[in-house]
This record gives sequence, C-alpha cells and structure tokens, in this order.
Amino acid sequence: MNYKMIGRFLSQIIAIEAVFLLPALGISLGYGEDRAVTGFLYTFAIMAALAGILYLLCRRAGKLFSAREGMVCTGVSWIVLSLLGALPFVFCGAIPHYVDAFFEIVSGFTTTGASVVAVPEELPRGILYWRSFSHWLGGMGVLVFLLAIAPTGGKDTGFTMHLLRAESPGPDVGKLVPKMKNTAMILYVIYVVMTVINLVFLLFGDMPFLEALCTAFGTAGTGGFGVYGDSLTSCSPYIQWVTTVFMFLFGVNFSCYYLLLLRQIKAVFRDEELRVYLAIAIVSMVLIALNIYDKASALYGTGSDAVRHAAFQVSSIMTTTGYTTADYDLWPALSKGLILMLMVIGACAGSTGGGFKVARVLLIFKSLRRNTRQILNPNKVQLVRNNGRTVDEKVLSNTNAYLAAYVIIIVLSYLLVSLDGHSVETTFSAVLCCFNNIGPGMDAVGPTCNFAHMSDLSKLVLSADMLAGRLEIFPVLLLLSRTTWKRR
Amino acid sequence: MDIIIAGGGKVGLTLARQLAAEGHNLTIIDQNPNVLDRATSRFDAIAVSGNCASREVLERAGIGEAELVIAATGADELNLLCCMTAHGINPNVHTIARIRSPEYAEQIVTMPQVFPVSMTFNPEKQAALEIERLLKYPGFLRRDTFAKGKTEIVELRIDSKSKLKDVALSELSGVVKCKVLVCAVLRAGQAIAPSGTFVLREGDRIFVTAPTATLAQLLKNLGVITRRVRDVLICGGGTMSYYLAKLLEDEKMSVRILEKDERRCLQMADWLPEASVIHGDCSSHATLEEQGIGDCDAVVTLTGMDETNMVISMYAASRGVGQVITKLSHGENTSIADSMALGSLIVPRELCSSNIVRYVRAMENQVGAAVSIHSIADGQVEAIEFQVDETTRNRGVPLKKMKLRPNVLLASIAHGTQTSLPGGDSEFCIGDTVVVVTSGRGILHQLNDIFA
Repeated sequence: MNYKMIGRFLSQIIAIEAVFLLPALGISLGYGEDRAVTGFLYTFAIMAALAGILYLLCRRAGKLFSAREGMVCTGVSWIVLSLLGALPFVFCGAIPHYVDAFFEIVSGFTTTGASVVAVPEELPRGILYWRSFSHWLGGMGVLVFLLAIAPTGGKDTGFTMHLLRAESPGPDVGKLVPKMKNTAMILYVIYVVMTVINLVFLLFGDMPFLEALCTAFGTAGTGGFGVYGDSLTSCSPYIQWVTTVFMFLFGVNFSCYYLLLLRQIKAVFRDEELRVYLAIAIVSMVLIALNIYDKASALYGTGSDAVRHAAFQVSSIMTTTGYTTADYDLWPALSKGLILMLMVIGACAGSTGGGFKVARVLLIFKSLRRNTRQILNPNKVQLVRNNGRTVDEKVLSNTNAYLAAYVIIIVLSYLLVSLDGHSVETTFSAVLCCFNNIGPGMDAVGPTCNFAHMSDLSKLVLSADMLAGRLEIFPVLLLLSRTTWKRR
Repeated sequence: MDIIIAGGGKVGLTLARQLAAEGHNLTIIDQNPNVLDRATSRFDAIAVSGNCASREVLERAGIGEAELVIAATGADELNLLCCMTAHGINPNVHTIARIRSPEYAEQIVTMPQVFPVSMTFNPEKQAALEIERLLKYPGFLRRDTFAKGKTEIVELRIDSKSKLKDVALSELSGVVKCKVLVCAVLRAGQAIAPSGTFVLREGDRIFVTAPTATLAQLLKNLGVITRRVRDVLICGGGTMSYYLAKLLEDEKMSVRILEKDERRCLQMADWLPEASVIHGDCSSHATLEEQGIGDCDAVVTLTGMDETNMVISMYAASRGVGQVITKLSHGENTSIADSMALGSLIVPRELCSSNIVRYVRAMENQVGAAVSIHSIADGQVEAIEFQVDETTRNRGVPLKKMKLRPNVLLASIAHGTQTSLPGGDSEFCIGDTVVVVTSGRGILHQLNDIFA
C-alpha cells in the first residue's frame, strides 16, 4: 500500500475542503454570527494544520497507485472529509453532540439529506450554507473536483482512472474525453451551469438569495436538506414545479448532457437507461396522482394539487433528493409502496443521485430474462445487450455481486437499527432512505419528523450506510477487509 | 493533438505511454477489452473496443476530429485497411502504419494514390539496422547517429578494467587523446547531467558525443576492442534475424542462424543463400558449443523469449564472446539488466517510437521542427537534432554569450562537412546541424526553445 501517495491526496482534499469553508465563514461574518465565525475559524485552523502536516510527511511519495490505492483513497477521503466537516456544527453550538454533527455532515456529503435538526430556520446562516453546500460538493464528488483542478503532469497519470471509478456512480464508469482532467472539468462545468440556471429560476420565484442558493445546492447534489422545517411544503407552486423539474434533470446521466453539447441528440433519446428512467417516473406519477386524487381535496384543497404533489414526491424520491411538499405518510398503501420502490431504484448511473441505479435494474432484468430463456434453450448463446452493444460479462457479474452486497447490508443495518425498538416501518425505511441517500423515510423518520431521536449507535450505522450508498459499497467495504491492509 | 492508436500490443502501448506523457489526447482501439482495461488504468487515455478497420469503430473513436491515426496491430493488412478507412472518413487525417512486410512497404511508397499512408514503421527492421550499426563498431552498447552520419552519441559501460574508471570528466580528453563530450551519465538507474568535476565510477553507463570520424580512435585509445567482427551467430530465426542477416551479408560478415523449427529453417535458407542456417535448439548449451560459440566474434540473441535470450547471452559472455547483443521484447526498465552480462540491449518497440514521436512533434510545428529525436539513458534523456535556418535566433553570437535553458546541453554543431564539439566561441550559421541533449521531456519543439 502506498500510504504516502494516499496521504498526499488527503492533504489536497483537506485543503480543498478548507477553501470551500471560506464562503460559509464570509456569510457568518456578514450576518455577525460570532459563535459561528469562531467555529469556522477553529475548524479552518485544524484543517490547515492537518493538511500541512500530511503534506510535509508525504512529500516524497512513490508512483505506485493501483486499484487498491484508488479504492482506499476514496473511502478514507470521504471519512476524513466528514470527520472534519462536522466540526463547525460542534464548535458553534448548533449541534453540540459530535455524533449528531457527524451524522448531519455525512448526510450532507453523501447527498442524503436526513437531518437531526428540527428547525433549520434557527441555524446560523453560515452553518445553513455549509450544510447545503456539502450536498453540492458531495453530489459530483470531491475527488473528481480534485482531478479537475489538479495540474496535469507526471509520467503515468492514468492511475486517476481508479479514483473516477471509485467515486462515480454506475456499473460501468468511463471517461467522456481522453484526458481525465478534461473529463472532470466537463462534468463540473455542466454541473455549475445547471446549478446557476436552477438558482436563477428560484430567484424569479421571489425566494431570498441565500435560501434559493441553499435550495439549488440541495437540488443539484440531489441532497435534500431543507432551509425550512417543513422542507418545501410552504413554498409557492412555482418553486415546487421548478424544483420538480430540476431534481429530475440532475438525476439524468451527465454523459447525456455532454452528448447534447455535442449535438448528438438522437443518441441521447436512444439511451435505454434514460428511457426507462422517464417511463418509471411518469408511470409512478400517474398512478400516485390517481391514487391520492380522492383524498387530495380533503388534504390539500383542490384536486389539481394532487398532480403537483405526486410529481414532486416522485421526482424527489426517485432522484434520491428528499425534499417534500406533502406528507406521504398520510397517503394510501399503494402510493407508499410505490414510494418505497422508487427509493430502491434511484436515479441514473453517472448522475448526482443515489440508489441502486436504473442502469443496474435494467441489467439485472436483462440478465434475468437471459437466464430464464437459457433454461428453455440451453445451447443457445445469448448475450445481454445495452444500447445495441453487448454488455461485458464482467460488468454483469459485478452488477449481481453489487445486488448481493446491497441486500446483505440492508439486512445487517436493519438488525442493528432495530435495537432502538422502533416500528418495522420506521426502521426499514430509515435504513433504506439512508443507504439510498434519500433523506426522509416513513413513520417516525417520515417527512415531518427527523432523525434526532435515534440512538448514537443507529446514527453511526446509518452514517456508514450513507457512505456505503454514495460510494457504491465497495470502497467502504474494502476498508473493513483485512486483505486491503495486508502488505502485498 | 487528438491521436488514435489502433492496436494495444507492446508497440501500441509504448507509443501510448510516450504520447500521453507529451500531453496528447489519446484514443486506443483494441479487440480485447482486458487489454483496454489495463491500458486506461495506466495511461490517461480513452478506450474503444472493436475492429480498428471498421468504419463504425473508427467513428466511435472520434475519427472526425482526430489529426493522426497510428495503426500498430500485428497484421500489416489490418493496419493498411485501418489507415485507408480512416483516410476515407476524414481526408485530413495523417496516418502511420506498422508494416513488417518489405513488399508492402515498397508499394506503399510507389503507389501513394492507392495507400493514403503518411509514414510506415517497422520495429523489426529498425532493430536490425540498430544491431548492424553496433556490430560495425563493436564495444559500444548503443550508437545514435546524427547529422547524416557525421555525429554520434555512443553509450559505454565503465567496468572494472576500464581506463575511464575514477577519472574526472575534466581530465577525460587526456585519457582518450581525442575531443569527446560526456552528455549524460546513468548511475543506479538515475540520469545525471555531469559537470567537469564529476568522477566516473565502475558500473556507470556514459553517453559520449563524438564526430563519427573519431569513433575508431576513441575505441582504440580506450582499449575496448580492436578486432573487426567477422563471424556472427544469430540465435532465433524470426523476421528480425532475416533483416539482420541480409544487412550483415552486405557487410561481408559470415552469418550463422540457429533456429529450432525445421520449416522455418528451410524458408530462411531459401531467402538467405549466403548465410548458413542451422536446425537446432539454441537454448541447449550443447548445440551452442557444437557451433563453437566461444570462437564467434559476436552473438546476437533474437528468439521470441526474453528469458531464453538473456540466458544465451550470459552464457556467450561467460565463454568470452567479445560482442553480445540481447533483444528484449518486454524490457520496460533496463536498469535491472545492468547487473547481468547481457551486452547491448535492443528493445525494438522503444526504437520505433522515437520516430513516431518526432513525426508528431513535427506535425505540431511545421517550421523548425526536429530532424530526429533519440531517447537515451533509459528514456530519461532526449537527444534532438535541429537544423539552423533563417528563423533561428542568436545566429552569429558566440556560445559563451548565449543564455541557454537549464537542463539543456549543446552536444555538437555540424557545419558543412566539419563536425565540432561546441566550445565558447562556437556559433550558429544557417544550414548547420545542431544536436541538443535535454533531460526535460517534450519541452524542446524547435531550436529556439533552447534559449532561456
């Protein structure tokens, strides 16, 4: 294991985090929040010292950097990022208990949006900004950001591929253009531009600037930390519709946007994953809207609100954002079932969303169909195709392994969290919505509640689930394996 | 520059490594997904799997925007077809094809309207040429020729008996009794740009610049070797052996080829009437002794197995053969071979890639581009040949008044038929050929880049 190289990466990651802390510090200064300012300053000092020490210790790093280092580097980076990112909450007294603060920032970086804060309006503005900004940074990935700004050079820079693979979601991660730096840049440029457009639309809806910025960050990263205690329930229908559309857009594979930029519009619409993603969303919206139509007049006043709420909730849950405009705990069983299903499916591969990913669902179904047909005609050679091209068997077996790991982690986490003694619905939905990076679950962790009442053990388990979900299990799982730390 | 490399074999990946280090946008095409997987984890490149001669695959690889296609698969026909297809889709693209068959290479040059190939390369032939040049002046590990054969950079190893052992560079000309310049020293795998006080040690590999005319004198004064090579034993009967035997026949050397495949032996004997082709297993010491390995002037090991080549070379060296040349197909880092008595090392894929790198750099700057580029000292140092023309700055200024970049050393100036090692009073004139040595990769694109 090339510890020095990992150390050098870590020092750069910490430095980036420290730089991104500055705007939050500025906002706190502007609002005159003295405790938050000192909190940020302490954190800043700790980060600078750590980054400096790591940099000095790991100046002369060897060149060796294999898949193992890439995985470990990604896993450790995210944990360190969260451990340090939690400090401002503790220092400024907003979330005095460290485990709570850790849960909150992990939920931020992994774009989950599960919160322990009941009334976000009472948080210092700088802290509110930092909390939402963590969504934005975590959405596209901090290592990808490092790849975008890091100077190119050195002999074999191809190893950066290991980092992209470890951090980007999806069964088959590839580059858009030959150079890693350019790929990372393109991804971030698309990300920034779309976030700015979203912000402008929100500002047109008369949302105050800071609130609009935080909401845009939450939408872009498909995070879901609300700036108000009731999420987006009390916002105008215009803002709710804008957010519905943008959440949906951020759940699309970013390579589709790159193809759009290249004017290969046909290729985008022929993309199977995008089609399935659209189909699932539309069918679920229609079903839920019909299902809640009768109740809508009683709950929300008019029937047309049913369509808006159905669309918003489907878009929010499927992209694993987790904003809400209606308490779906009050909806009929079919609607709740659909919501649970959407929680698991998640967004497209290569987007900022979480979940199992539509691409994987597609592959699982296709290989299931293949295996069924194989029984009928055992000698026929059958391949699984995606977008007209044969899918490599290695990708298929990785997808199956991912499904297995996914189920095992859910079962184990469920057992650990059930020690708290909540209802089955609460425990199960808490695990699902943390592991899939959504945010609100059902019952006691539903849209109108939060996670503050959970025990420390549950919070730690759920934090680990969130990290595993965001990094697609293996980088986190490998940290626990003894083979990883063995000398080769 | 956007470059497509077709074929992820040894040659293709060597090219990918060099071109990626120079910052080009690379797309690698190969049939085998595993090869591509490994390639993209090692180099900053994107991969496309499929047949490189198919229109669909080339389009997926972005042939529309590409400026250069290098077809480096193992099959000549596929390489040609790839270049033709690429040119058909994008007429502005430059194409380089790896062509091993001599017949094809000739008709590509004579029928340019049929074969849109800008350049061909042949690693086997290049290696054979290199070996021939080494055999002409035995004693050097490596020779690089510049300025149309008037200047050389040669590589020497300092062994325990060498006269150069423990000599400071400032006293060097006294020992060898002719003017030479040491432009780089490879010590323990690290290239060093030496100064006058630098003392040579046993085990160093030094790179010496000298006019070609003084080479023989240099060899004699060093006491390395005096005898001409007359009798060469080639182990292995591949394409490279054929090329080499052909070249050596022209030099009137007596050639023996050892090959274990009988049918191949018959074919070689048919092609090479002058050489004696021997059917036998060259990995057996008995066979080698039968052929009188100890009495050969030179042994060249060219079998397909690196390990076999190394063992035979070590055996030959232990039997007192003066000149041993070992081919390594896989050698990425030749520093481990330093401790073994393998003689000169030939890595075919490294040889051809410098030509292609030169072509790529010339595409980038049409004016004042390098005439040739040689990478020496395990690829850590580049020796580049430039032509002085009207655009060159500081013409007529004595060298001592020029300000040169760090890491840059002027190795020689060839003026007309006269080659000189640069001194303080040397100056550039139009038409001169200048050889520059640098340890920075890809920083010198034209001669003016050497000035600070």
